Amino acid sequence: MKASNASWAKELAGKIPEQLAREIDIFEMEIGLRKQGKLDERLFAETRLRRGAYGQRYDNGQRHDGKKVQEIAYPSGDLTKGPHTLWDAPGMQRIKIPAGGLNAKQLETLADLAEEYSDSIAHVTTRQDFQLHYVQIDDTPSLMRRLAAASITTREACGNSVRNVTACPYSGVCPDEAFDVTPYAKALSKFLLGHPDCQNFGRKFKPAFSGCAQHACGLTSMHDLGLIAVTRVENGQEKRGFELYVGGGLGTVPYQAKLFAEFIPPEELLPLAQAIARVFARLGEKKNRNRARIKFLVHDLGIEKFRELVIEERKTLPHDPRWTDYIAEAEKFQETPLVPGGDGVAIGSVAFERWRKTNVRPQKQPGYAVVTVALPLGDITANQLRALADIARRYTKETVRTTVEQNFLIRWVSRNDLPRLYDALRTAGLGAAGAETIVDIVACPGTDTCKLGISSSRGLAAELHKRMTEKSFELDEPIQNLHIKISGCFNSCGQHHVADLGFYGVSRKIAGYAVPHFQVVLGGEWTRNAGSYGLPVAAIPSKNIPEVVARLTEKFVAGRTKGETFKDFVKRVGKVQLKAELEDLARPPADPADRSMFSDWGDPREYTLGDLGVGECAGEVVSAVEFDLAAAEREVFEAQVALETGETQQAGTTAYLSMLHAAKALVKLMNPNISNDAEQILREFRERYYDTQKFWDPFAGGKFANYLFDAHRKSAEPYTPDSSRYLIDEAQLFIDAAHSCYNQLGTSVKI
Amino acid sequence: MDLQHVNVKLLLDHSADADLELLIPIFHSWIQAEAFDELLLDIADYRHVPAGPGVVLIGHEADYSVDNANDRLGLRYNRKAVLDGSNQDRLTQAARAALRACQRLVAEPRLQGKCHFNGHEMELFINDRLVAPNRAETRDATKQDFQIFFEKLFRGSEFTLAYESDPRRLFGVSAKAAKSFSVSDLLANLGS
Repeated sequence: MKASNASWAKELAGKIPEQLAREIDIFEMEIGLRKQGKLDERLFAETRLRRGAYGQRYDNGQRHDGKKVQEIAYPSGDLTKGPHTLWDAPGMQRIKIPAGGLNAKQLETLADLAEEYSDSIAHVTTRQDFQLHYVQIDDTPSLMRRLAAASITTREACGNSVRNVTACPYSGVCPDEAFDVTPYAKALSKFLLGHPDCQNFGRKFKPAFSGCAQHACGLTSMHDLGLIAVTRVENGQEKRGFELYVGGGLGTVPYQAKLFAEFIPPEELLPLAQAIARVFARLGEKKNRNRARIKFLVHDLGIEKFRELVIEERKTLPHDPRWTDYIAEAEKFQETPLVPGGDGVAIGSVAFERWRKTNVRPQKQPGYAVVTVALPLGDITANQLRALADIARRYTKETVRTTVEQNFLIRWVSRNDLPRLYDALRTAGLGAAGAETIVDIVACPGTDTCKLGISSSRGLAAELHKRMTEKSFELDEPIQNLHIKISGCFNSCGQHHVADLGFYGVSRKIAGYAVPHFQVVLGGEWTRNAGSYGLPVAAIPSKNIPEVVARLTEKFVAGRTKGETFKDFVKRVGKVQLKAELEDLARPPADPADRSMFSDWGDPREYTLGDLGVGECAGEVVSAVEFDLAAAEREVFEAQVALETGETQQAGTTAYLSMLHAAKALVKLMNPNISNDAEQILREFRERYYDTQKFWDPFAGGKFANYLFDAHRKSAEPYTPDSSRYLIDEAQLFIDAAHSCYNQLGTSVKI
Repeated sequence: MDLQHVNVKLLLDHSADADLELLIPIFHSWIQAEAFDELLLDIADYRHVPAGPGVVLIGHEADYSVDNANDRLGLRYNRKAVLDGSNQDRLTQAARAALRACQRLVAEPRLQGKCHFNGHEMELFINDRLVAPNRAETRDATKQDFQIFFEKLFRGSEFTLAYESDPRRLFGVSAKAAKSFSVSDLLANLGS
């Protein structure tokens, strides 16, 4: 705990907006009450989440040190800040940055906080937020006060609330946009922050804005609420508005947002968002958090019914002047440059030209450019943040934004200043080329700090980054333009579904030992605001993923037709063939003494999912369960192939059967005589694994088992393209969970 | 002025050859062995960040890292928990902890003799801007503390002190001795 904690409130008195100051005072009081045992741990957990203070890996007081599970003896003993979350365990602080917009003073504040409360690193997230890791809960009120003094809030950065409102970071300078969405995104963010109608959600709610339909920057299709700028002519005048989408989301099973309205005028933006929030709060699932996102509500009701309910709700809303107060200003909003634009400069050094090619884009305003500062894994040091603040002041009117690719943009750079700005960035270690190319890999925190991480997404990303950077300028152009995105688990924080090459962490057993793997996800689309989602092809040991990338990219270069995208290439060649190309990489190492596969990237500890039993069969024996689970995995892949060839019914049925067969494989461990009767399999699976919580994810609970129960209940109904697609994702997740369950059971069960 | 959250950085030689990956298993083994009196928790790997914190051994009371901030490779001790005692006690505690960790690294067989303390430089920071804002008044208020501390540390040698000039950066001082010392000598000078 910091020595200065008691003094910051006084130091910043009068420098923080009154409401924010009051909220932080209350939070500090709640910390005190919790320490005295006067506030329930569950209530405190949701309270701190709504202030952006999140848990972090090992905060249950246990950590496998590579040899054994160590109990971590924190000084505060059993005091908790939430269920199974010890008080002294360091946590993560998420910081909301609406539309990703920051000024120099805010960058400097973040630098100071990263240094004093974290480990000198600020991490840019895939939703334009910042995260600081290893933060002590006792320090958070001071941290929040210092942010508030710089006009930044952490309120509702986590928890069941409206999360950061994101927006295309090119808004206002992109040649292809309809208009600048920035002021509308900020207005929505301000309006919904702490709004009474947004305090009773079953889950989080993420809004996003985009200035156009064709580019990726806003990712509106994968958001709970997506807004795309459009214009139309009314009475001879151009009128601004938004295409409104609702019910998108990644998560375990990704859903594409549905079109709610083709055109809503700005004056309807806030009230409609409010009405949607009310319908979500009233009808959204509350008990089962695994079905509590708005995407499930929209899917279950159907978009027509959902629309009808929202429109009815809209009629009941009492008028709020805030709905329209901001609009006149919004229409006039325009960032301005610090210096006149320029014609550009002659060709510079090789390094400068490489950087200019990938990191500089022309603005729609002649003479100006947008510069991308590519951050490795989204990380930036405190010193670099200060250097960036200096650069923002020297060359622009502090027009900096974070991006969903975990980078920064510096906008309004005169083209004449590019060489000097490049030199300044390079001096600060921020001049790396390759922005938004294959070396600019997105990764969630994964096993580094996330409680849910299964495999080391950052370790893999760092390894791929290193290998790719070494040869990036020798790579063919089509490869350079690919996107790699990595999640440490099925929860999609790394947005693997919308990458050309996506990966998410799973575990498998090889030779009796748990081995970190990644599912290879192909067919996703980054452009068109994340226009379509990829599906898993094969689970490959983590250490073989660089070879997966090498093979798939080489095959793409060798086999692509002119102008063909990677997504189209995957579709044309077919996943069956691509999967076959990777099959040998899924096998155990040829040399049984080779232990490299049994640890993860950047972490030499022998891999474990927890306190696992030690394997007895040391190599050769593959259990019948593993064979059966592998067969189920083949089936779910067949379902995927069927879906892609338009055999919707076949796809749905095969996906359902793959789950049933995986369940049977587990049941067979305890009842070798289990029949093929679906009812019996379901009954015994429920009794033996669900009711006993053996098939239980530490964080998702019985979610994956419920996928099977739901699929069985609906198995007689016809499948639609959407429903069979969701079922395929659910089946893959169910099978991944069956592998985990089998791993957790250990190998002592003999069959 | 009550100096808390003292950070100490010991500069290392041969930074161009430094392979920080080797530190990861070493830091893990320190956690396994509960190598220090302090509670050690986890490793954070920032090798991918230029001039960054390198590899950090996260602890409850303090972090240890081999960092490359300002492109100067060094072992850093970042005291996070508040300590009782005088300023001399706190400066000595942090320096002693850093030197002991450095001693372990120098002796670590997995580093194959590649890790050398440069023997005559130490950086000191106060990682709390409210406790010690980086301005002239803080320099004046702490001058005597630093003088006494470095006279003891670099016993028998002249030394110079240089202060960080950017007011936005942590208040800190860089001490350079005229003579070179071994880690053991410095620990002995501190009375360890």
